[in-house]
Amino acid sequence: MSFMNQQTLIPHLFRTEYQKIVSVLTGLFGIDHIEVAEDIVSDTFLLASESWSIKGPPENPEAWLYVVAKNKTKDYLKRNAIFAKTILKEIAYTTTTFEELQIDLTKKNIKDSQLAMIFVVCHPCNSMEAQIGLALNLLCGFSPDEIATAFLTNKEVIYKRLQRAKEALRLQNVKITTPTAEEIKSRISSVLMTLYLLFNEGYYSSNQDITLRKDLCFEAMRLTYMLIENKQTNKPATNALLSLMCFHSSRFNARFNQIGEIILYQNQDTDLWDRELINKGEYFLNQAAQGNEITKYHLEAGIAFWHSFKIETGEKWKNILLLYNQLLIIEYSPMAALNRTYAFAKVYGNKEAIIEAEKINLPNNHLYHSLLGELYIEFDNIQAIAHFQNAFSLSKSSADKIIISNKIMECEQKINELNHL
Amino acid sequence: MNDFLLIFRADYGNIPKASAEELQERTQKWMNWIGGIAAQNKLTDRGNRLFPTGKIVRPDNIITDGPYMEIKEAILGYSLVKAVSYDDAVELSKGCPVLAFGGNVEVREISQILV
Repeated sequence: MSFMNQQTLIPHLFRTEYQKIVSVLTGLFGIDHIEVAEDIVSDTFLLASESWSIKGPPENPEAWLYVVAKNKTKDYLKRNAIFAKTILKEIAYTTTTFEELQIDLTKKNIKDSQLAMIFVVCHPCNSMEAQIGLALNLLCGFSPDEIATAFLTNKEVIYKRLQRAKEALRLQNVKITTPTAEEIKSRISSVLMTLYLLFNEGYYSSNQDITLRKDLCFEAMRLTYMLIENKQTNKPATNALLSLMCFHSSRFNARFNQIGEIILYQNQDTDLWDRELINKGEYFLNQAAQGNEITKYHLEAGIAFWHSFKIETGEKWKNILLLYNQLLIIEYSPMAALNRTYAFAKVYGNKEAIIEAEKINLPNNHLYHSLLGELYIEFDNIQAIAHFQNAFSLSKSSADKIIISNKIMECEQKINELNHL
Repeated sequence: MNDFLLIFRADYGNIPKASAEELQERTQKWMNWIGGIAAQNKLTDRGNRLFPTGKIVRPDNIITDGPYMEIKEAILGYSLVKAVSYDDAVELSKGCPVLAFGGNVEVREISQILV
């Protein structure tokens, strides 16, 4: 920890330790008293920042936090006898008084509690949107303020969403216990879906704050890795999901220029691709290949794998096309339909691809018109311009509008050049 | 949109033996065709292929091997698609690779059993 100064140490520990202690305490108190757990841990961090700014950070800051959190919990129980009685009744241990109460902050119990919390947070009684909010709040230590910034909405909306989601868990009387094999089997896919959407929220969001977006991606990867570390949740699909996240995030730094504008895949500087993450992506993709199950994460990871080769081989786009075909057979999405058509053009040429593109018929989607514009560019610039203009008026983000208007200029230039011949 | 069953028929004798490479290309054509339907959000179920072997059960416990003694065409497989009309379903069937072997696609609207 010596490399961290006072300013970065506490925020760092807040990210890594806040949710660990909250998970353990909530596991102890039950979902009804989740706010008590959050308050105790917040208090612990408050004391840390006060005390460390005077005396300097302790030798082992994590252990310090754990001891203080334990003491604060016991103090809280002493001061709130009624609360203590209620929770002692609920606690499964044979504890009879709060002095004997074991607050187990060992590595193993932290891991178990976190796994239990992931399954609580991703409980199907809440909408996906609410699950993602809860995950950020309870598993990643994001404040409602930070979540609001990430979702480009205001703090009150997020605050209410979190309150309602926690209330729903209470009403369902969701128990925070290590999920059984049966529960894991029936719910792992919805857990993976939440983590997948959390990652996408960071990767594809229109939020300008790139650091925050990276944080979201990193948190999604951290939680997915936690599932891989646990034998019961280390499934092929989990590995496929992490592989997909590794491949995508390997290109994170190449996707933006210095002023935050998006750089399209074909124009990216491959030196900015993170080789280490690409290697990790390959590793987890191999792990995902065990068993017969092919999920959409497998297919998307496969597509991302082929994108990690900048060199255009015939094999590359044939494989990408095949994977998009398979992905669409499993689950339709407009994005996959558009990308499939792009891959189709790479294999069979633009003329054939235009026929395919017209069939998918997504007239209200700006990307649909951008794609058609792109396909027409080679041999009908007037058609291309018409499509790019449609795309321009349909697109909502200014980053997209810049890219599209550059394309229109490119087409106009080509028309002028032809006229001057 | 309604569901339509597409039944692919061909004479096995008309399907040329293929090298590994040609087989791969054939698979690719099927995948492109089915993927093209899926990309329009009109695929209900990709369906299955059938083995060329089969049995026919007739009254009086008469069981014969496959239907292929009498009729040359056999069912190779089936898929379920969504379409607004027969015309639409026929349009989807036009690119089916079975046509390249002189086969055909039978298009039948599904009549849902409501129980």
